[in-house]
Amino acid sequence: MIPFDYVRPADPADAVAAVGGRPGAAFLAGGTNLVDHLKLGVTGPDLLVDVSGLPLDRIEETPTGALRIGATVRNSDLAAHPLVRHRYPALSRALLAGASGQLRNMATTGGNLFQRTRCPYFQDTSTPCNKRVPGSGCSALGGHTRDAAILGASAHCVATHPSDMAVALLALDASVVLLGPDGERTLPLAALHRLPGDTPHRDTVVEHGELVTAVELPDRASARHSTYRKVRDRRSYAFALVSVAAALDVADGTVRDVRIALGGVAHKPWRAERAEAALRGTAPTEAGFARAADAELAAARPLEGNAFKVPLARRTLVAVLRDLAGAADGGTRHDGREGGR
Amino acid sequence: MDARITLRVDGEERSPTVDTRTTLLDALRDRLGVMSPKKGCDHGQCGACTVLVGGRRVLGCLALAVAHDGAEVVTARGLGALPDGGDGNSGGGLNGNSRNGDGDGERQGPSDDGLHPVQRAFLDHDGLQCGYCTPGQVCSAVGMLAEAAAGHPSHVTDDLTRTGPAVLDDTEIRERMSGNLCRCGAYVNILAAVREQAAVREQAAPARGEAIP
Repeated sequence: MIPFDYVRPADPADAVAAVGGRPGAAFLAGGTNLVDHLKLGVTGPDLLVDVSGLPLDRIEETPTGALRIGATVRNSDLAAHPLVRHRYPALSRALLAGASGQLRNMATTGGNLFQRTRCPYFQDTSTPCNKRVPGSGCSALGGHTRDAAILGASAHCVATHPSDMAVALLALDASVVLLGPDGERTLPLAALHRLPGDTPHRDTVVEHGELVTAVELPDRASARHSTYRKVRDRRSYAFALVSVAAALDVADGTVRDVRIALGGVAHKPWRAERAEAALRGTAPTEAGFARAADAELAAARPLEGNAFKVPLARRTLVAVLRDLAGAADGGTRHDGREGGR
Repeated sequence: MDARITLRVDGEERSPTVDTRTTLLDALRDRLGVMSPKKGCDHGQCGACTVLVGGRRVLGCLALAVAHDGAEVVTARGLGALPDGGDGNSGGGLNGNSRNGDGDGERQGPSDDGLHPVQRAFLDHDGLQCGYCTPGQVCSAVGMLAEAAAGHPSHVTDDLTRTGPAVLDDTEIRERMSGNLCRCGAYVNILAAVREQAAVREQAAPARGEAIP
């Protein structure tokens, strides 16, 4: 591990100045991904600016009815918060499907968004990886691709984004509040993460020195009828092969509003806008759900090792919509939790 | 870069000087001689290094010691001195509760053998074989029982809107303990030990209910 300095900033502006003023500096929050990367040699900052003690640990309603989640709120506290459990069940479900009890007690809301891919080649410094060392090549192509992307990948990178939380936040239309040297800006979560293209070393559009201070969730009817379903290689404590977050608002036998995001399939949490468009204004039927899934997955370009993800994503999406539609009908309560068991 | 930090470890204040690269796990073991947290994978995948920080279970291998200056740390060694063994508050009284010199088998009650009730349950139910994962398992179980008492749901909780202490059936216990691997495969008996302690706490819950947020 490369030696580094360590500071605890007095406030968010101090933190931004500390990182922004030094090219090799990085923010430290829960550390669950960064400390591992320091050990593995994946990254080597020369200064860690510890933001975990900043007063960004509140969850509060805004005057507009939105929920503002401080960036240092721990994953376990966010999942257990009464407002989240009632209004945004997909978010609780996604958080609880991720990592372990110990890790959720450490990991923060902001840090979760900026965790990096678990592609084995990214984490193995003895192999080429365009994300870790730009221009060095992609070892996954022609290698192990079980975890790789089926949507939006490039010839330079087929990594997937590992977050569960971010997939739910995307389906809930979250925004991210960023503080930079020039002040604050708010970005839709959908605009935060990037596709790899020929610059896969950049996971997000965030500039060096910008700090996420909060995540905001609008108060939407569909959010209350939302859930998250995760399919993985073991029952617990594993990353997603495929996951689906969806929020569904059905009125008078018609889909009034629907938001869908997929995890484990792309370089970023994947908003399924084609599926949403295929569903909006239609009757919530099994056949309609399948057509919507097909509309989204028509663009899938699987590799040899991950072709299974296309039918898996299709089935998982249909199942989630079926469960949400059943719940909206007052039918048997099913919220998709079984997906990860 | 070196930093002098202060940790309260199992009720005792310690002030080591650590390199900023030192994890909490390495600080405990290599600098302070507290050997009960174990280094298994050292990458956050096995749970052997689990300790309580501020009463909450965390992984010592992914925590930087310098980032925990001022923290209250309880390892498996100090669990027996926790007030009720459940809430993880304070290791106060540890020094007056010495286990040294106690002969094996001289247990006069749950509080006299120096063991936390969860540790005693692991012994009673044979919840270990080689024992390497056990300090992490018991710390994790103590933290998990406190989370359940505080009403935290889990991935397998059916109804997210239900408030009050979580009901811990076997499926809930397995899910909530999934961050602790046991390569000997003592899971069945670990489950029995935790199930017993969950039942004890459920019976006691009404009396303690007022204090639960």
